[in-house]
Amino acid sequence: MKSPIYLDNHATTRVDPRVVEAMLPYFTESFGNAASRNHEFGWVAEQGVENARKQVASLIGASPKEIIFTSGATESNNLAIKGVAEMYAEKGNHIITAATEHKAVLDTCKKLEKQGFRITILPVKGDGLVDLDMLREAITDKTILVSIMYANNEIGVVQPVAEIGKICRERGVLFHTDAVQAVGKIPVDVNADNIDIASLTAHKVYGPKGVGALYVRRRNPRVQLTAQMDGGGHERGMRSGTMNVPAIVGLGEACAIAQREMAAEIEYSRTLRDRLKARLEAGLDEVYVNGSMEHRLPGNLNISFAYVEGESLLMGISDVAVSSGSACTSATLEPSYVLKALGLGDEIAHSSIRFGIGRFNTQEEVDYVADKLIDVVTKLRELSPLYEMFKEGIDLSTVQWAHD
Amino acid sequence: MAYSDKVLDHYNNPRNVGSLDRTSSSVGTGMVGAPECGDVMKLQIQVNDATGIIEDAKFKTFGCGSAIASSSLATEWLKGRSVDEALMIKNTDIVNELSLPPVKIHCSVLAEDAIKAAISDYRKKQGSEVATPVAQTVA
Repeated sequence: MKSPIYLDNHATTRVDPRVVEAMLPYFTESFGNAASRNHEFGWVAEQGVENARKQVASLIGASPKEIIFTSGATESNNLAIKGVAEMYAEKGNHIITAATEHKAVLDTCKKLEKQGFRITILPVKGDGLVDLDMLREAITDKTILVSIMYANNEIGVVQPVAEIGKICRERGVLFHTDAVQAVGKIPVDVNADNIDIASLTAHKVYGPKGVGALYVRRRNPRVQLTAQMDGGGHERGMRSGTMNVPAIVGLGEACAIAQREMAAEIEYSRTLRDRLKARLEAGLDEVYVNGSMEHRLPGNLNISFAYVEGESLLMGISDVAVSSGSACTSATLEPSYVLKALGLGDEIAHSSIRFGIGRFNTQEEVDYVADKLIDVVTKLRELSPLYEMFKEGIDLSTVQWAHD
Repeated sequence: MAYSDKVLDHYNNPRNVGSLDRTSSSVGTGMVGAPECGDVMKLQIQVNDATGIIEDAKFKTFGCGSAIASSSLATEWLKGRSVDEALMIKNTDIVNELSLPPVKIHCSVLAEDAIKAAISDYRKKQGSEVATPVAQTVA
């Protein structure tokens, strides 16, 4: 077993060797500019790009013409939201999103708010899911866009996207979904899910960093976006800039592999995830899964070890790469806003660990991590005044803490 | 973040973990911080009422590695000192000893607060005036 162990596959994934293989020729012999129309080098590069476009489209049930290549999910989210806001500003000025969205969505909306748009941020329920009735009530005749993520990057909770899309369609509102964590991990179908615009990225599905795509529906309805980058008019004028051919080829290959192997991979990662969860729950008391277990990515586990602080926990498992929702691991000293949006107490948010199990993880690794965590949590609880108080039967929520 | 060797040592081998009898008149207990801030320190001293020397010190801390190390170090420093000497321990001493980075200075402040709170509690039990006001925890 190799050390350190990587269980942070929501942050990024290792590039699949088959993807690297597919990319390599496009750095060397096939180095052309895909926009060069008058020679062989350009044609070969363009062929690589168009093949990738088909592969990406096929994975999400889209037409290749509906795929715009970008530099990644942050750009895709910015282009989707700002592009719609600018294009449809005359129709309305209201955008709806949710509290657990990625910063690339929330901060984009905040910027638009400063420019005069009205933004509604829907709260989520305790299980992390959006309340559909609240969404229905939030839509007004000024609403132009709803942006709700497909699956959450911290808690892995999968939103009822098809129903959200249906509501939006009935009300004539465009629906964008940040599908970064979902694409390639669970079935995503832009038609069945009533999606108008979807963001995705390569590096979460065993492709390279720095490349992503935006699905932009062409029919029923035809979605138009105002470009956020001006230049040569690439990508149907929506995203100028020379195509990053090797990376795009890598994204395409990553999507093709994901499509072929998805069923087996879902089964594999779910089995490992459930094994990890079962072991931790058998070895420790007071562990809590954050977010819905039912509506969840197969490889995600976000779990809080009550009365133990997340950073000290990570310190004890320094040979395991995972993330914590603890304030101490972020620059802001604020615990995860996603966990807080679930209504969790700060102390539970501070105690959380996010596991992202992926294609390259093994049962041996999962068993090692579970055993090690049980040891470290047990040790830290011996150190924890909160665990001591809990064991004495003191309700921590009734304690007057000495702080400002 | 890279931890200093001393922080790692205290984290891996914390000194004086445990609890003293909080009802004893010769035990002072300080509990500072709050769960929502991610740090709670409980520090206890056992004082020889005749000599005023701290004979034992115990801690329990919920917090990051630097918070655990700060309180562990504090208990080491407290043992064998008089109560008055203990009040001279400053958070900057802890910062220097553990090479804490700027983002972790609050951990040392919390440890100093815990020392003062424990001494204050002890003095209250002894019926003497509280010489030093208990510093407020910085969240």
